[in-house]
This record gives sequence, structure tokens and C-alpha cells, in this order.
Amino acid sequence: MTTRPLETTLPDDARLTSEGFAASGRGRTLLIACGALAREILALIRLNGWAHVDVTCLPAILHNHPDRIPDAVRDAVIEHRDAYDRLAVVYADCGTGGELERTCDDLGVEMVAGPHCYAFFDGLGRFAARDEITSFYLTDFLARQFDAFVWKPLGLDRHPDLLAMYFGNYEKLVYLAQTQDDSLTAKARDCAARLGLAFERRYTGYGDLATTLEHWAAA
Amino acid sequence: MADEDDEIILSELDDDELVQQMFDDLYDGLKEEIEEGVNILLDRGWTPYDVLTKALVGGMTIVGNDFRDGILFVPEVLLAANAMKGGMAILKPLLAETGAPRMGKMVIGTVKGDIHDIGKNLVSMMMEGAGFEVVDLGINNPVEKYLDALKAEDADILGMSALLTTTMPYMKVVIDTMKEQGIRDNYIVLVGGAPLNEEFGRAIGADAYCRDAAVAVETAKQFIARKHNQMAAG
Repeated sequence: MTTRPLETTLPDDARLTSEGFAASGRGRTLLIACGALAREILALIRLNGWAHVDVTCLPAILHNHPDRIPDAVRDAVIEHRDAYDRLAVVYADCGTGGELERTCDDLGVEMVAGPHCYAFFDGLGRFAARDEITSFYLTDFLARQFDAFVWKPLGLDRHPDLLAMYFGNYEKLVYLAQTQDDSLTAKARDCAARLGLAFERRYTGYGDLATTLEHWAAA
Repeated sequence: MADEDDEIILSELDDDELVQQMFDDLYDGLKEEIEEGVNILLDRGWTPYDVLTKALVGGMTIVGNDFRDGILFVPEVLLAANAMKGGMAILKPLLAETGAPRMGKMVIGTVKGDIHDIGKNLVSMMMEGAGFEVVDLGINNPVEKYLDALKAEDADILGMSALLTTTMPYMKVVIDTMKEQGIRDNYIVLVGGAPLNEEFGRAIGADAYCRDAAVAVETAKQFIARKHNQMAAG
């Protein structure tokens, strides 16, 4: 089995946002993931040499429409399950209110534990212990795609006067950094300034995503 | 040239035209125009209650319907709400003075652990527009705060809001505490928020899940009417 040329197959963020990422068709295990996690998952596959693990991503913009995630995951599982020995879903609850878990249970596939990617990047226990309710979170992907996921969908590009209605109760933007990237940190800091929030950067690396994928890759 | 010639002078419109124009201005989120329209109607002798219900609530109902039907989105609804708020600020003190009809009293707040209040604020405003007295507890409310306010305000309705799937289960904590204290049936409990649905509302023991502000108003009216009927029959 040949190793996939990862660097050349990763689409740009705009495509990950609107279209997602197709499976290569190689490997025994398929990860069905959120497009916002594509870079991190491909990096872990490369770092660990998991040639038997394939990945397909659903459009990352589903993040803004969590009610659509369970059906999209169901469709992807049904589409791919005959072609792989094992499937796993790289989503946490992600605002589906338990619906995605019910869908995955129904389909007999595992998913990532926890409420959302902020929690599993930070580490579930640590995130819960912080009990932060006035923080707004960005990951590497969301920092790069801030305009597509936050600024424009909330209409702030057209109506900046709505800012206080959306973010008036928030105090801080927390950038959960998966990588050491000064330019991305500067971008996240700029996002905080645009929202009128204090800024904090936390380096998380891949957090619980790494251990979860290790578990699935080893099985 | 065309712009200047086409500019609409609100004070030159007759009442029907002005109300229609106010519907358009609400739809477009034009706060200053709404404030001007409210003042013109009041100057013409309209009661504050009529201005509220016929011009503002009428206009917001169109906005709410188009939001429900996917024609308008959250930013546009917020702009419309902001415009209505401008009109409400003028009318609210006058409504109190003129003894507008009162439908009932609602205590409303976002649940503990949740700071999101856009939906709650829309519900508060529309409930006030429909003649309910609203006591808004704001965000991040523990159970004691809800129960204390219900008692202190002698409220009819409890409204709870949540945006997060991690915080919406707290609504059940509040309702269960009400049951433990034997006060659950003293109040109409309405719940709402983006991740909720009817099934969740039923499961936690609420009287109703309200999909949006307009539904909250209609549901509250129905439950209050039912309560009055029961009292009359009893």
C-alpha cells in the first residue's frame, strides 16, 4: 500500500469549509470528520505513519448548522461502510444535543467524546474544570476562517453595530492553538480586537484528538 | 435628484400609509424612522397601545414570519428588533400611564452557565408588545434566582432560555426543584432556545417549547386564557 501524498491532497480552507474532503479510497479504517479538523487529522496520520487510515471530511460550515450534522454523518457512514473494515466519526456532540450520539449508536460507529472540539483539544477534564462561560473560542482552523464562520454569518461585515448584541456578555477570546504559528496567533489576536474582547492564547497541540485517533488506529 | 424627490416624508403620509411605511422601516431595521413614526402617531392622538400593537407588533410579526420561513436571517431580525426597541422606549412609560390591558406576568432568564440572551431578549420584547409584564433576570441564572423572582413578582409564567446543548439540561433542574417544592403547577413554564425541540420540552416537564418569539407570545396567551377559564369554572 502506498502512502498518500498528503501535502498535495489537502484542499484549501475555503473548500474544506464548503465542500469538505473526499476519501482516497485506500486503507482499512475510515475517519469521517469535520472539515475543520482535516489538517490536524492528516498531520496525525502522517506523524504516526498510519497508512491504513483514510479520512473524509464533511463541509466544515456544518459547524454553524449543527442540526444538519447527524444526517450528514449518517449519509457518509452509509456511503462508505462497505468499503472499509472500520469507520469512526471525528465529531464530538458539536451542538447536536445528543442527536449525533444517537445516530452513531444507531449506526454502530464510535465518535469523539465530549461537547465540542474546543473541549477535546483542551482536554475534556481540563476544559470542564475551567468552567468558563464568558469565553469565545477559536481553533487554528477557525482563526484562519474567522470571517467565513463568525464575522459574515453574523452580519457583522454589514452591520458592525450588532456586535454588542452578539458579544456583549463575552469577556475573552481564547485561541486554542494546535500549532506554534506566530502569524496565526496575530490573526487570532486581531479577531479578539475586532470583537472587542480580551485575548488569551492556549497551546493545546492535538489534545484528546491525538489519543482518540491513536485508539482507533490501533484497533 | 431621484433620491431627493423620492424621499418619504413620514408626517405627510396618512395613518394607513404611515403604518405600512413603519412595517417597511421595521423590516429594514430603521430605528430613527420608527421612533419618528411612533411620535407622529402619538401626536395624531393614537393611544400608545394602538401604536404598539398595530404598528410595531404588526411589523415585527411580518419580520418573525419571514425569519421562520427562511427569508430573513438573524442579523436582519436583530436590526428590526433594535428598531422596535427604539419605539418601545417611547411607548413603555406611556403604556403604564394609560393603563393598557395586562395579559399576565412573566419571569424570564437564560439558564445557569449560559450567557446568550438574543433569543430571550426578543421574547421579552414581543411579550411586552403583547401586553405581558416581563421581569427579565438576564443571563446565567441559578434555580434560586428563578424561584425567588417567581414568588416575589407573583408571576404567572416562567420562561427559560438556553443556546448551548451543555446548558439546556439545567432547565430540568429548575422544573424538578419546582416539583420538589410543590409549586410546579402554580406556573406556566415555557422554554426555548436554538438546540431545544418539542420532545426536549416534554421530557423535562415544561408546559411548552416555543420555537420563536411569536410562538412564545401565542403560547403564553393560550395558557393564560386556559388558566382564566379554569379559574372561572372553579
